[in-house]
Amino acid sequence: MSENSIVERAQRFLSALRHCQVLGIRVHGADPLGLTLRLPYSPQIVGNPETGVIHGGAITTLMDTTCGISTVCVLPKFEICPTLDLRIDYMHPAEPHKDVFGFAECYRVTPTIIFTRGYAYQDDPAQPIAHVVGAFMRMGRGALGDKQLQRAIQAGGA
Amino acid sequence: MSGLNLDQLVREAHERNDYDPLIQLIPYAKLLGIECLRLGDDMVFRLPANQDCIGNPTLPAIHGGVIAGFMEHAAMLHLLMFMGIPHLPKIIDFSIDYLRAGHYRDTYAQCQVWRQGRRVANVAITAWQTNQTEPIATARAHFKVDEP
Repeated sequence: MSENSIVERAQRFLSALRHCQVLGIRVHGADPLGLTLRLPYSPQIVGNPETGVIHGGAITTLMDTTCGISTVCVLPKFEICPTLDLRIDYMHPAEPHKDVFGFAECYRVTPTIIFTRGYAYQDDPAQPIAHVVGAFMRMGRGALGDKQLQRAIQAGGA
Repeated sequence: MSGLNLDQLVREAHERNDYDPLIQLIPYAKLLGIECLRLGDDMVFRLPANQDCIGNPTLPAIHGGVIAGFMEHAAMLHLLMFMGIPHLPKIIDFSIDYLRAGHYRDTYAQCQVWRQGRRVANVAITAWQTNQTEPIATARAHFKVDEP
């Protein structure tokens, strides 16, 4: 699976998620080892009006999305994988007026579950804002019956 | 917005039974459209169905991150309203289990503070849609409550 097709599939996956479009989340990079998304800083996601710090909920959305879409890095064909659980540990608050990046990788893939982990950071991936682990369920290909979305993400407009 | 008097805002909200000014204070809560409903001594939080919160377009279902953000904010508001904390609690960690798909409809949440120490509070949050006994998600969060 070429890195290019992983990036394209991640982009198509992301563009189908309305709330991620509202937050302006974009694919920053993707390869077989993992996926990085970018959440732009914006006044609408502020959680503390006194400091301008982003709300934890926006970081959770970024990381749930990053972990969920990182499944395209390891699955040869698109599968709908709902989140089973997610845990976020905050190392320190995000700095205001700076974008947040989310990285995630799938570290174990079984026939039923995909285990993912990752972190959120701003300037330096070695100084994360938050660490994340999440488990995703494999529903089996086409299990949810939406062949249309599956085709769109797998093949795009091609 | 320095010198924000949260204590007073909370007091006024309780007196008038109008929690909107408290919600309007936080841009992210406004974005999601969170509401508070007082039920006797308890508080129920509501996330009205909103196209902009959809994650899975096929069901359609609310984005899991939105459900988590709603629950985290419900826990923060709950601490502000009932636990006498005069500033915004800071999130330490957050863990969520998704039990059912969050369909495109109103979602509700209720909180339980299991322990509030001087520095840290432990809050459990339950979210449901049609029936409180069939939650769509349960979550648990720790907040730092000792300093602004």
